[in-house]
Amino acid sequence: MSLTARIKDHHSETRLFVARVILSSVIGIILLGTVVARLIQLQIYDHELFAEQSQGNRVRTEAVPPTRGLIFDRRGRVLAENLPAYQLELIPEQVPDLDDTLARLAGIGLIKEEDIPRFNGLSRSGPRFKPITLRFRLSEDEIANFAVQRPRFPGVDLQPRLVRHYPDGELIAHAVGYVGALSTADLGRLDAAAYSGTSHTGKTGVEHFNEELLHGHVGFQQVVTNALGRQVPVETRDFSDALPASESPKPGNNLYLTLDLDLQRIATRALDGKRGSIVAIDPSNGEILALVSAPSFDPNGFATGMSPSEYNALQNDEGRPLFNRAVRGTYPPGSTIKPMLSLAALEVGATNLTRRSVCIGWYSLPGSSHRYRDWRPEGHGEVDLHDAISQSCDVYFYEISRDIGIDNMHLYLDQFGLGRQSGLDMDGESDGLNPSREWKRQAFRERADQVWFPGETIIASIGQGYMLATPIQLANAVAALGARGDRFKPHLVAAFEDPITGRRTLVAPERLPRVNIDNEFYWDNILAAMHDVMQSPTGTARAAGANARYEMAGKSGTAQVFSIAQEEEYDEDEIAERLRDHALFVSFAPLENPRIAVAVVIENGSSGSRVAAPVARAIMDQYLNGTDDAL
Amino acid sequence: MAPTMRFSDTQRLFTGKSAPISGIGSLLQRLYLDGPLLGGLLLVCALGLIVLYSAVAQNMDLWLQQCVRLAVALVAMIIVAQLPPDLMRRWTPWGYLAGLFLLVLVLVTGDVGQGAQRWLDVGIRFQPSEIMKLGVPMMAAWYLHDRQLPPRFADLLVIAILIVVPTVLIAKQPDLGTSLLVAMAGVLVVVLAGLSIRLILFLGLASIPGAYVLWQFMQDYQKQRVLTLLNPDSDPLGAGYNIIQSKIAIGSGGLFGKGWTNGSQAQLEFLPERDTDFIFAVMGEELGLLGVLSLLCLYLFIIGRGLFIAIEARDTYSRLLAGSISLTFFVYVFVNTAMVTGLVPVVGVPLPLVSYGGTSMVTLMAGFGILMSIHRHRKLLPH
Repeated sequence: MSLTARIKDHHSETRLFVARVILSSVIGIILLGTVVARLIQLQIYDHELFAEQSQGNRVRTEAVPPTRGLIFDRRGRVLAENLPAYQLELIPEQVPDLDDTLARLAGIGLIKEEDIPRFNGLSRSGPRFKPITLRFRLSEDEIANFAVQRPRFPGVDLQPRLVRHYPDGELIAHAVGYVGALSTADLGRLDAAAYSGTSHTGKTGVEHFNEELLHGHVGFQQVVTNALGRQVPVETRDFSDALPASESPKPGNNLYLTLDLDLQRIATRALDGKRGSIVAIDPSNGEILALVSAPSFDPNGFATGMSPSEYNALQNDEGRPLFNRAVRGTYPPGSTIKPMLSLAALEVGATNLTRRSVCIGWYSLPGSSHRYRDWRPEGHGEVDLHDAISQSCDVYFYEISRDIGIDNMHLYLDQFGLGRQSGLDMDGESDGLNPSREWKRQAFRERADQVWFPGETIIASIGQGYMLATPIQLANAVAALGARGDRFKPHLVAAFEDPITGRRTLVAPERLPRVNIDNEFYWDNILAAMHDVMQSPTGTARAAGANARYEMAGKSGTAQVFSIAQEEEYDEDEIAERLRDHALFVSFAPLENPRIAVAVVIENGSSGSRVAAPVARAIMDQYLNGTDDAL
Repeated sequence: MAPTMRFSDTQRLFTGKSAPISGIGSLLQRLYLDGPLLGGLLLVCALGLIVLYSAVAQNMDLWLQQCVRLAVALVAMIIVAQLPPDLMRRWTPWGYLAGLFLLVLVLVTGDVGQGAQRWLDVGIRFQPSEIMKLGVPMMAAWYLHDRQLPPRFADLLVIAILIVVPTVLIAKQPDLGTSLLVAMAGVLVVVLAGLSIRLILFLGLASIPGAYVLWQFMQDYQKQRVLTLLNPDSDPLGAGYNIIQSKIAIGSGGLFGKGWTNGSQAQLEFLPERDTDFIFAVMGEELGLLGVLSLLCLYLFIIGRGLFIAIEARDTYSRLLAGSISLTFFVYVFVNTAMVTGLVPVVGVPLPLVSYGGTSMVTLMAGFGILMSIHRHRKLLPH
């Protein structure tokens, strides 16, 4: 290295350094200028865009579900209400050991072992701060039990919420129906926006049919959330700009039903341990006074949630408690159609009031050896139309059926509402079956089967064969009998009430086309014969009609479930319970201007007059006398 | 100083020639502290503490911790300011070697913090890479101190080695951000020493294939950061989330901001790392453009004062070191603000003196202590 190289030129070094500092400063100012330009772009030019994004970031519109409308009976007694209940919730992020916690909860009986995998899955999907419901409704004891042990269960707590409650659930299960947790199918059917925040919806009965009235109108509020979507406590909410407006939910309408809870109770008690159905209607306006299907079930289970095993038990029960026999059960109407057929026969001239006929216990078509039996093997002797009704002589109707003809039968029974839905304000009604030549042509594929045979007319005349009716149809038909042809659409909702204004809207009775029989003389005689069923010494249901404090008219029916071979005797005791005849009974009271019409069907009840008629009597006693002295 | 010389107001501010002859002035003088620089630093720290109070969601514990750290850093600055530059220069090689040794030690035994080995536990936990932020420029300045400037090619090779070894060691921890800053501090020394502009341009072009090599060495998360910068919207919930939320925070602040502690992005946890790397976004949201511009002005003042000190420095070592420290500080400010506003990739550089965190603050303040020492031992007469 040369000597000169070592000599430092301090002066030039300094100048070089200052030049470099100036250069660096210029570059630095340019770079920082870029940042400032960027800040101006973000904070001035694009400010509105980002302000909007930050608003969207933190404000979430949250639905506030409305309170479901209450349901009352015709006298204002509560049938469905919303009770505050405590549900058991678990917040996954606050639980230190999920498996251990669930196992210990099962250990103290708050959840079932079999549900643990389900809860495990639930708590591992979804946001960790979102509570999952372990139990919808705890009993007082369970609440107390858990409250003591709460320190042992971090992350598990009781949460109050409103749960639909049916105080007399079993009595009204099939009429009022129930609410259940919203399913994906429900969400497809309903307006998702109107149901945001709502957990349950009407599944059956009144709850289902009047969903729109009961549900109310969803409200919403703006909540401030943090980045995880978790709602922020109130005290940190006061950010400078105001939140958009919120809207309170509008509670659903309260419903006043036509049902009478007392009648429901008596009807339920009468069907205790049996399978069957009772429908009571006010003939003057079509109001359903009672609608019961037995066996029943507790609808509260659906509102609070059932375990799969509980649900399966209900689903697989032999008595089919979930099946609403009142509107869906179809039964051969048996002799209950005889008063209607009599009117039809008079109207078309197939018989008259004085014609008499000898009943020898069976009837055969000319040129045939097939015997159509009477229910009384020895026969009724000489009977006219009146006797044929009051004693329920089958042979008389076999005889006149040929002159009425199946198509006239169909025509008049149709006018009474058989074979078509009654129009009840409830979904899922069955059509029943009111056969005719035309029906048979369309119902069968094989040409040979499409022909209507004369024998089929004969068994149709006693409500057997193809003919099927639902209890609601029978009740509505007997109501039309009592009202001398005036018909109304049966309905369950009498009025609804806006809970805020308190304004009630009455549901007007809806008239259906009259039965086209105008001769009052015919009506007088047929209704008198029905009265004699109950209150003449030879009436089939005289036992059930005895000592009534009002004029009661009725007609029993016994529908074959199983045909016995010719020449064989029907022996009740030897036939398995499930193969016994169905017991039916239709009635109305009082005779003039009837206030109640009742149809009773008891599956495999054997005898309409002996088993079903007393049930109708008890209901009428309660409704007309205010007591149930018959039971 | 010639009495006929005229200073404009700005110059007076930077040079401190009109420093008050008060009690405070003499105290500062006795402690070897520089009034304007200290004033600027304290103002930035105060503003930083105000913003941090909001960014840690009014958590007094965290905030007080930061106050303590700041106090420790100021003490470190005062202590370093007492050391004459000559003494520092003599000890520079030993400090550099000790730093290298510690870096190797970290790679062998270091604690793992946030997926990287950066910490060394010797009674207190600290990051040896922080030492190198000062150690590398000191070493480069030491090497050039008695050599002819501009540096010759052979000198450049030696300095390159002095820079690359610690840079690679830090990058392997892995801590890409710090390693780049350490390298930057060394390179700045050379640039200030008069590295030919042509060579700088040449190296700039050569860095394009160099970038490719670097890319191969990068961890996946580092690559992801670069890719996300190019298009943050491509991954709005993942890697792009930080930068999108940061831009929303700053942009929604507008001119005047949403008000202190009222930034919804920051307070509702939309903004990630809001008390550390992204604290500038909190400031932009809550104090607005005016707030962040005030901070940038304070930074500019500090850097300007630092460069002035460098120009006035007595010898080559002091000059280069002071210049490098000032410019490195600028690089911190620029990289952080550019990163938070989405101009450069998110490399994890805190906003100096404002972000929550300890070691880097002590290093920074020690650097300013060096500047103050240099200033008190400056040339007695202007040339």
